[in-house]
Amino acid sequence: MAVDAVDATARSSPLDRLDTRTRVVVAVVLVLALVSLRSWALLGVAILLGLVLTKLAGVSAGQTIRRLLHVEGFLLILFVALPLLTRLPPFIEVGPLSLSLPGLERAITLVLRISAASLVVLALISGLTPIRLGHALGRLGMPVRLVQVFLFAIRYIELLRAEARRLHDAMRLRGFVPGTNVHTMRSYGHFIGQLLVRAVERAERVNEAMRCRGFAGRFPLVTLERFGVVDLGAAGLVCLVVGLALLMDRL
Amino acid sequence: MAHIPDGVLSLPVLAAGTLAGAGGLWLGVRQLGDRDIPRTALLAAVFFIASSLAFPLGPTSIHLLLGGLIGLMLGWKAFPAILVGLLLQALLFGFGGLTVLGVDLANMALPGVLLAMAVRPLISAAHPLRSAILTGLAAALAVLITAGLVGMEIALSEPAFAPAVGVMAAAYLPLSIMEALVTAFVTLYLLKVKPEMIGASAMIGANP
Repeated sequence: MAVDAVDATARSSPLDRLDTRTRVVVAVVLVLALVSLRSWALLGVAILLGLVLTKLAGVSAGQTIRRLLHVEGFLLILFVALPLLTRLPPFIEVGPLSLSLPGLERAITLVLRISAASLVVLALISGLTPIRLGHALGRLGMPVRLVQVFLFAIRYIELLRAEARRLHDAMRLRGFVPGTNVHTMRSYGHFIGQLLVRAVERAERVNEAMRCRGFAGRFPLVTLERFGVVDLGAAGLVCLVVGLALLMDRL
Repeated sequence: MAHIPDGVLSLPVLAAGTLAGAGGLWLGVRQLGDRDIPRTALLAAVFFIASSLAFPLGPTSIHLLLGGLIGLMLGWKAFPAILVGLLLQALLFGFGGLTVLGVDLANMALPGVLLAMAVRPLISAAHPLRSAILTGLAAALAVLITAGLVGMEIALSEPAFAPAVGVMAAAYLPLSIMEALVTAFVTLYLLKVKPEMIGASAMIGANP
């Protein structure tokens, strides 16, 4: 059973009983399986399963809908262009435009696939705090230095964002209004430049303080999570479902 | 639109892109000394914040990719820095997919790192104008190559998409112009304020 060592007050959902590592690995396996599915019926089932997972993860309906709309937005151009522009055999011809049936079919497959995948990621990954994900990635064997960079970045993003806000307030007080012009580019250029200078100077101070304390490139990754029976059960179930789905898709 | 959702790319494209991303990441992590950890992390944080700035473009707004600038300041260490940004964007905002992280990483980091490598020896505080023009060009080219890579990957995965990819690529042109201008101004600023952060001398002494 997993308890978030860093944030004990985080609200927990049924999915939080899983080890974070299990969640990450299961999400990757499920999405990879989805990429190779072609049957609409199976993809439909996958979407239903994804919705069940979001319920289990305690994701609100509004958030689910927002995520789906966001992901579908990426496809809008492609979705419109695919049936219209594809060079596959035409289906209906309206003046210069031709609506092709195979193109439409592919577009629908793609939409189903992307929806299912984004539901899986939303349920299994999006509920994690960055720190929890960082620790899980470290315990999954991501290089220690990379994990340190990730954890340090999370730590300092808030501080630097406060700095950015101060700089931005100062710009606004001097009457800066962003527009599509070179003045805006120059102002933002200086803004980003100043932010970079401050970050590097802060990094030097952090580095000196860390070295005073004998930092040698790694922190202990503290966690109470254990790979337990629940995880084994979940992993087994996922393997079964994925295997079955892939088999049914080929038949 | 540098973020590709899960499920668009076919498995061979996914494998090739992930391999490229992992290779760059390996090179970057290998160069990452103890002393570089805070610096790389803080710069990753700045790029994460700066790429969420909304630049007005007519009635809409766009976000910078900053691949050229990151490559210029971090070299191969841009790979770990950009990965951090992508992970956080996927986690906090739901941008981009999970299995495509390696592909996104290669798309974003590789052009910037390679172009920066080419122009870095020519950048110096003694020639601020030349330096700014070069970094601006590198930044613009990095955006266009990133767009080209994204388009190529989508077209290879789903050949029927190929005609639509051209439309998408055109959308990157204004972004590349903005990137060029902003990166050039950042270069001018840094060369005046802290020239050792950028250019030929930036990479010397970065390792312990």
